[in-house]
Amino acid sequence: MSRFQKILRGIVLFIGAVAFLFPFYYMIIGSLQTAPDPTIAGAFPNPANVTTENYTAINERINLFQGLLNSGIFTGGVLLGTLVFGVLVGYALAVLQWRGRGVTFALALLVQVVPFQLLMIPLYVLIARDYGLSDNYLGMILPFAINSTAVIIFRQYFLQLPKELFEAARIDGAGEFAVLRRVALPLVRPALITVVLLTFIGPWNEFLWPFLITKEAGLQPLAVSLANYISNVAATAANPFGATLAGAAVLAGPVVILFIVFQRYFISTDIGSGVKG
Amino acid sequence: MTTLIENPPRPVGRTRRIFGRNPLGLLFSAPYLVFVIAVFAYPLIYSVWISFHDFFFTAPGFEADRPFVGLTNYLTAFQDPAVIRSFGNVGVFLLINVPLTVVLSLLLASGLNRIVHFRTFLRVAYYVPYVTASVAVVAIWLFLFNGDGLVNAVLGPLAPDPSWLINSAWAMPTIAFFVTWKQLGFYILLYLAALQGIPKELYESASTDGAGPIRSFFSVTVPGVRPATVLVLLVSTVTGANLFTEPYLLTGGGGPDGASASPVLIMYQKGLQQGQPDVAAAIGVVLVILVLGVALLQNRFAGGKD
Repeated sequence: MSRFQKILRGIVLFIGAVAFLFPFYYMIIGSLQTAPDPTIAGAFPNPANVTTENYTAINERINLFQGLLNSGIFTGGVLLGTLVFGVLVGYALAVLQWRGRGVTFALALLVQVVPFQLLMIPLYVLIARDYGLSDNYLGMILPFAINSTAVIIFRQYFLQLPKELFEAARIDGAGEFAVLRRVALPLVRPALITVVLLTFIGPWNEFLWPFLITKEAGLQPLAVSLANYISNVAATAANPFGATLAGAAVLAGPVVILFIVFQRYFISTDIGSGVKG
Repeated sequence: MTTLIENPPRPVGRTRRIFGRNPLGLLFSAPYLVFVIAVFAYPLIYSVWISFHDFFFTAPGFEADRPFVGLTNYLTAFQDPAVIRSFGNVGVFLLINVPLTVVLSLLLASGLNRIVHFRTFLRVAYYVPYVTASVAVVAIWLFLFNGDGLVNAVLGPLAPDPSWLINSAWAMPTIAFFVTWKQLGFYILLYLAALQGIPKELYESASTDGAGPIRSFFSVTVPGVRPATVLVLLVSTVTGANLFTEPYLLTGGGGPDGASASPVLIMYQKGLQQGQPDVAAAIGVVLVILVLGVALLQNRFAGGKD
């Protein structure tokens, strides 16, 4: 490949990256404008037009702190379920020999392509109607409680550990649970971070399910309360775009920061193995 | 000197014969298996059951009579032009979104795979939209694609009238572009993983045979990432068929006048807003059968011989 072609490739990739990042830059700029400025000049910071009022305005309509807390509880519950039960099944799939192992592994792969649209109605009937878990954190968490992609990633990491390690610990008299906790788990710490990142974006960004199951504003995750604001009240606010973008920045902020800080744990090979198995 | 460490002889009991060498494996997997049965397997069967019965919401604990009604729910659903239209809409969506996703993510991934400088920055830039909540990104696009938004300000007289999201010809394509842009980072990651599996020697021998970069892209890269392409096709089709948040928020509930309503949006409206879960379940069953059919066709034509 000639030098010219390499430079051209660099420029194309760079322009692409700008197209991917520009809306986020525009979100910050727009959330700080006193009056919405949709002209081209509005894409550049204008000190005369800067305010933090939009953040106050959105906070008056939807309680941002409560929304973040609800998103946090929803996400935390899913992370807990995935880390505890996902590690257990991942270990069983990679290290232990038991009947049903192949079927369980096949299920973990299959579950990832089951479309939620078919589950929406029966899950709503079961969880909201039969179990009475609407407007309840448990009802929100339940359908996402164990992330199957995480199960596959754990299995992949445990498979890479040398078998002799487990044998040695067993000969020393350690029970299977102790082998998992004291030998296997400390060695797959990078996998834990990858799984946390991957699992985090599911519930934090999820809209449809918590939207169906929570009608009480005080229990809604931020994604749901912001969506309700966009579809209902935005028309009545003084600067609806400024306030909406301020809410969007609060919703997007934690995830974007998390992924920038831990980007080296979110690498292609893990994700690839997670989906392909 | 060799020492043979033999496993201490263990009693071979009946549990071992039934559950395998480490029965504990089943115990460790039990919570996950219960989860999969409760949240996936049972609801899937239940959904099909609902679609063949006269089903309505009742108060918790109240047992209602729900007679078998055959295909009535399916007929009710597909006699409604709005339902037919939503399937057409999602077809338009998939026709734009799926090919665009495959082509762009493969091109960008093979570019990113070779680049030396700014690798991390570029990689992160491409997956930021993927990791961000749809609701947050929708808010930005609403502002950008508004009638007097930035996009139209840049385009000037070229801007469509009425504007993108309220134009019945442009609403669905705009949503398809939005979803392509938002999800692309994930598919780039999949292709990056696949590209690492192509041996460097293949490119070297292609180059000694006189193949230029374009030629070696088509004769080495494209066949080399075929399994990933099959996966990208499958995942993007399933994700596309699940479309809900974007038409709900970006075009205010599938507007203008149903031009961007998706089947899942109609299922929500019929099932939960209008209290016809049986009709909604029937739409879901048909949608999934269609998606499976499309996925099988894709596998047949893109999957190669193996």
